[in-house]
Amino acid sequence: MSTHAATLYARRNRKSKFWLALCYAATGFGLFSLFLILCALFYEGFSGLNMAVFTEMTPPPGSAGGLLNAIVGSLILTFLGVLVGTPLGLLAGTYMAEYGRGSKFTTSVRFLNDILLSAPSIVIGLFIYEIVVAPMGHFSGIAGVFALALLVVPIVTRTTEDMLLLVPRPLTEAASALGMPRSYVITKVTYRAALSGLITGVLLATARISGETAPLLFTALNNQFFSADLNAPLASLPVIIFQFALSPYKDWQRLAWSGALLITLSVLILSIIARVLGTRKIAK
Amino acid sequence: MNSDAPLPQKLTIRNLNFYYGDSLALKNISLPFYAHKVTALIGPSGCGKSTLLRVLNRMYDLYPRQRAEGEVLLDGENILAPQQDLNLLRSRVGMVFQKPTPFPMSIYENIAFGIRLYEKLPKSELDDRVETALKGAALWNEVKDKLHASGLALSGGQQQRLCIARTVAIQPEVILFDEPCSALDPISTAKVEELIDELKDTYTIIIVTHNMQQAARVSEYTAFMYLGDLIEFDVTSRLFTTPERQETQNYITGRFG
Repeated sequence: MSTHAATLYARRNRKSKFWLALCYAATGFGLFSLFLILCALFYEGFSGLNMAVFTEMTPPPGSAGGLLNAIVGSLILTFLGVLVGTPLGLLAGTYMAEYGRGSKFTTSVRFLNDILLSAPSIVIGLFIYEIVVAPMGHFSGIAGVFALALLVVPIVTRTTEDMLLLVPRPLTEAASALGMPRSYVITKVTYRAALSGLITGVLLATARISGETAPLLFTALNNQFFSADLNAPLASLPVIIFQFALSPYKDWQRLAWSGALLITLSVLILSIIARVLGTRKIAK
Repeated sequence: MNSDAPLPQKLTIRNLNFYYGDSLALKNISLPFYAHKVTALIGPSGCGKSTLLRVLNRMYDLYPRQRAEGEVLLDGENILAPQQDLNLLRSRVGMVFQKPTPFPMSIYENIAFGIRLYEKLPKSELDDRVETALKGAALWNEVKDKLHASGLALSGGQQQRLCIARTVAIQPEVILFDEPCSALDPISTAKVEELIDELKDTYTIIIVTHNMQQAARVSEYTAFMYLGDLIEFDVTSRLFTTPERQETQNYITGRFG
């Protein structure tokens, strides 16, 4: 190596080290913050976690209680939101990937869907407030379900389309070559080949909506008492956390920590399952 | 070969033009396919041999910008007619693809699935049909103990024979092979070739191949295509030894393609 080349190489090496150090620093900063947040959450959350959290109702200020009504409300809202939103997203994604592949209509739908996907959830809440809560005259669980379903639709639509497009064409051609009707090819072969991807999409949507607060503030609102009535206001963990964490009462604050821990853990578990399913290879 | 009596034609192509969008891919092709014979389609890449094959079961219909003009007669009936029922046609004209394409289900289901599309059989009869199909594709001995394992767990050669079994199971009249051995090793290739030889007693077979030795080994008739034209069609032994056209001579002696 000539001396000139050697100095050039050394300079490039120094530059590379400098930027690499910055990258490590940024990563370290991100991970450290996450670590602090999780530490605080685990410490505060676990110290307040006991059986009462799962068996008792949210208490009035100054007395002991649990989160049962909020947990049940959250389960109902999330489950029904996914139940309503998934078929819509699945059908839309199937149309886009199979029947309308490459058409102008599909391109526009995908564009609008992407906007919906990144729309602030509070806007969705306001929208449902306008078309469901206002005409009904009161907050209700069903309005919360609609708001969450509206968040599920674009996620499931997007993942369904992406996953179906990944299924190799020769496989669907082979199914058609046996004389299978189109609907058969899609439901019996294409869906099956893309199954783990489709489930991943639904799980990600579930994880996303289980922590949503904003759309519920305008729709399901809250309920201090146990209720499973969809026609009445319904409690949910995120809204309870919002209310309790901002309160001056120690008991409420501790319950808010426990609720936050519960949501974080369930989202974490869902994400891990989704990740495991998602990395499993799509069938050839 | 005895050429006194005219052989019955299972499929007849008459003045076929094929378009991908605006570009003409097959130019005025006319070609017979004789019943219970193996006909090979050879030619360099892009000559239109796979395109021709995909006309015969109207596979091209899956894609909006592809269309065919002319006539393709299956037992005297034009399958290009708009009123042709495509699923019915594809049950009569089966197809085996270049890459093995087992469905993501068990070996048994891969075959039973196609049968159930057309017939409602009791379990025992369905079992028999699956067994017959697997035997017909010379796969039975290798898979009889793991019928409920995934079709994807088989080797490439086994997967391809599973696809042949799946096609045979619905009892078509014609089987189209689109370079069925190009993804297989020599031993699997030999097995598939043997199979094709046995299948011709029951079916009319059309095979697209890049491999001229393969065409010479398995087929009785060969059509040579080049740039969308049918250059020459003849008895295989004659086409490979005394071709009439210079292009054919050049291709089979390896001067191009």
